[in-house]
Amino acid sequence: MIKIKFTLIFIGLLLFSINGFGSDNNCLNCHLDWESEEGSAAKYARDIHSQKGLGCTECHGGDPSLDDMDDVRDSKGYRGVPNHLEVPDFCARCHADAAYMHEHNPSLPVDQLAKYKTSVHGQRLFARKDKKVANCISCHSVHEIGTGQMPYSSTYPTNLPATCGECHADKEYMAEYDIPTDQLEKYRSSVHGQALLQRGDLGAPACNDCHGNHGAAPPGVASLAAVCGVCHALEAELFAISPHAEAYRENDFPMCETCHSNHDIIKPYDEMIGAVGSAVCTNCHSADDGTIGLSTADSILVSINNLVQAHAQAKRRLNEAIYKGMMTTDEEFLLKEVDQTLIQARTLVHSFNMDSVAPKARAGIAKADTIIANAAGLIDEYYFRRKGLGVATLIITFLAIMLYRKIRKIESR
Amino acid sequence: MDGFQSGPIKNSYKWLDERLKINALIEYMGSKEVPRHSHSIFYYLGGITLFLFIVQVITGILLLMYYRPGADSAYESVKFIVSEVSFGWLIRSIHSWSANLMILAAFFHMFTVFFTRAYRKPRELTWYTGMGLLALSMTFGFSGYLLPWNELAFFATRVGTGMAGAIPVIGDFLMVIMRGGEEVTGATIGRFFGLHVAILPLLTTGLLTMHLIFVQRQGMSEPMHWAGKKREEKKFMKFFPNFLYRDALVWLVALNILALLAVIFPDGISVIHWPLGEKADPFAPPPPVIRPEWYFMFAFQALKMFPPHIWFIEGELFGIIIFGLGGLIWMLIPLLDRGASENKPSKLVMTFGAFVILFIVVMTIVGYLVE
Repeated sequence: MIKIKFTLIFIGLLLFSINGFGSDNNCLNCHLDWESEEGSAAKYARDIHSQKGLGCTECHGGDPSLDDMDDVRDSKGYRGVPNHLEVPDFCARCHADAAYMHEHNPSLPVDQLAKYKTSVHGQRLFARKDKKVANCISCHSVHEIGTGQMPYSSTYPTNLPATCGECHADKEYMAEYDIPTDQLEKYRSSVHGQALLQRGDLGAPACNDCHGNHGAAPPGVASLAAVCGVCHALEAELFAISPHAEAYRENDFPMCETCHSNHDIIKPYDEMIGAVGSAVCTNCHSADDGTIGLSTADSILVSINNLVQAHAQAKRRLNEAIYKGMMTTDEEFLLKEVDQTLIQARTLVHSFNMDSVAPKARAGIAKADTIIANAAGLIDEYYFRRKGLGVATLIITFLAIMLYRKIRKIESR
Repeated sequence: MDGFQSGPIKNSYKWLDERLKINALIEYMGSKEVPRHSHSIFYYLGGITLFLFIVQVITGILLLMYYRPGADSAYESVKFIVSEVSFGWLIRSIHSWSANLMILAAFFHMFTVFFTRAYRKPRELTWYTGMGLLALSMTFGFSGYLLPWNELAFFATRVGTGMAGAIPVIGDFLMVIMRGGEEVTGATIGRFFGLHVAILPLLTTGLLTMHLIFVQRQGMSEPMHWAGKKREEKKFMKFFPNFLYRDALVWLVALNILALLAVIFPDGISVIHWPLGEKADPFAPPPPVIRPEWYFMFAFQALKMFPPHIWFIEGELFGIIIFGLGGLIWMLIPLLDRGASENKPSKLVMTFGAFVILFIVVMTIVGYLVE
């Protein structure tokens, strides 16, 4: 009898361990059975919430120990699946609760919902009950949510343009909003897009770096300089004290965008400034507009071009000396300084003031001239060494021949 | 003294001869003879090695005038030598080229002595001192490599001294002694500098003097196939002036080659190169390729090819033991090759020599190819 009891207990324990009998995890047990391998339940293992130890009931409520779906729906606290309009508040139950979030990730902000309500997305969702605008899961996915540092996450910098583009590049989907849908295409060809998407430079801005993320909105004219100035601080500072600053304000010109455009910003080139050709200055200025705009632009271009030419010549002469095997460490260091000066001079263009650009360009040209002179000296030294070698070789060869003759003379005796 | 019949030179010579008996020395040298045969050219290899050693001493002394040992000054002083000091670049270039050529000449010299079995009685001591000189030359190379304190030298020395740590029992102690601590630091430069400019020159001078005295006392070894020949059947030349003049001619040719290499390739060529590059930074990631000087490459490569464990012994340790035993057999060949003194041919010795050369050449080539 005792044996039978023990056998029954053993079989019971075995069933318990195999089937999860009495387990808290009945949500996953059922959903994994019903769904495909690409289903929500399977994906959830990669979700940051799962990694933080949160289960299904933390969001969806209900009693997970029940093995009948109808019983779960009827159980206490069951919240089920929110509809599109309910999602922000659904997520904010935890994400706007500072005390709760502190237990799981103290560094994560808790103002996402507040910001979302200020965004174009949030305003349309709450005020107009627009079911097409993005809510939390549109960008973060549903059960595969990752942080912005996780490469598989939809909000990882290199994935983010495609995440935004899922709606914003869809002409049909965006038709009713009357806004362009070529931003993603333009961004991909831009200097920022190439840096991020082709070179994998995570320092390059994605959509959210300019538009914000939870408070996403198109930057207004007034805030554009601040947006670009986050990274291009010096340019923004110089622009703010330039003669253009006031004129732009008066005419409501967007600061950086007027010359550089927005989503399709190309790598700046020197001829962007000047009085002719592809110079953007001619978009607003003309020779008879009563300002010194074009003449200043032309002078700045001349200064920059002079520095560029001096830099190229210095580099060419230095490479000649390097190719000849001369010691050029100091000159190479000086050339780096000229590189730096050229970058600074190009940055100073944003002051639109010759008095700023010209001295910097002159300083760079002076350094380039030093390199050119030193490189010429090194190349002369190279030829001096060759001549010296020729003379030494001749002397040694002459001595060797004399010695050889002496040996022949001695041995012929 | 045909050329000095009269005048101040003759008077000076006479003055010196009265005091130093120079004529007696010339007469003694004139009485010495050097065998002439199809392999006589091998007799000049020792002279070339000696010439390059003299170049090393002279250029080394010149470099010493500006070189400052220490982690904060070594790299800077070498940079100063090659960029600011007049002909400093040339002196460093000659020193480096001469070092490499000297070891190459010493290797050739050793192998020609081995294959002609010139180490046989009564020249065993000449062989032992020669082997000692080769070891000292390689130590010169190893210690000198670190002195510029540049990136490559730093990491190569770290690997090289680390290998010494694999020697059983005394390995760790030896490594700490060599490095002047647990790691390669400024203290290591001090040690290597002292070794390079004081201890090694002292030992080399002593051993070289002995080596030269043995050569002078015993003369050049005759080829083995001369055994049993009558004197009339053998050819000789006088040591002075014939051989000495020929030696001087070879030295001039060597000087010319050295000058060409030093001026045209001041930083070396291909795998034999010594660009100053970046200053050593112990915290920087090691360069992708760390390799020793070419004359250590065969040992370095062979040690890398040993499996992690052979029986119960670590692969690297096993390799060091094998190399130690191989080196010992090579060193003691005059004792082991007893038939040489009786002019008996030995296929075993020739095969062993050929295997050693093949091993060194193949391992060196593989060492550079696998990178």
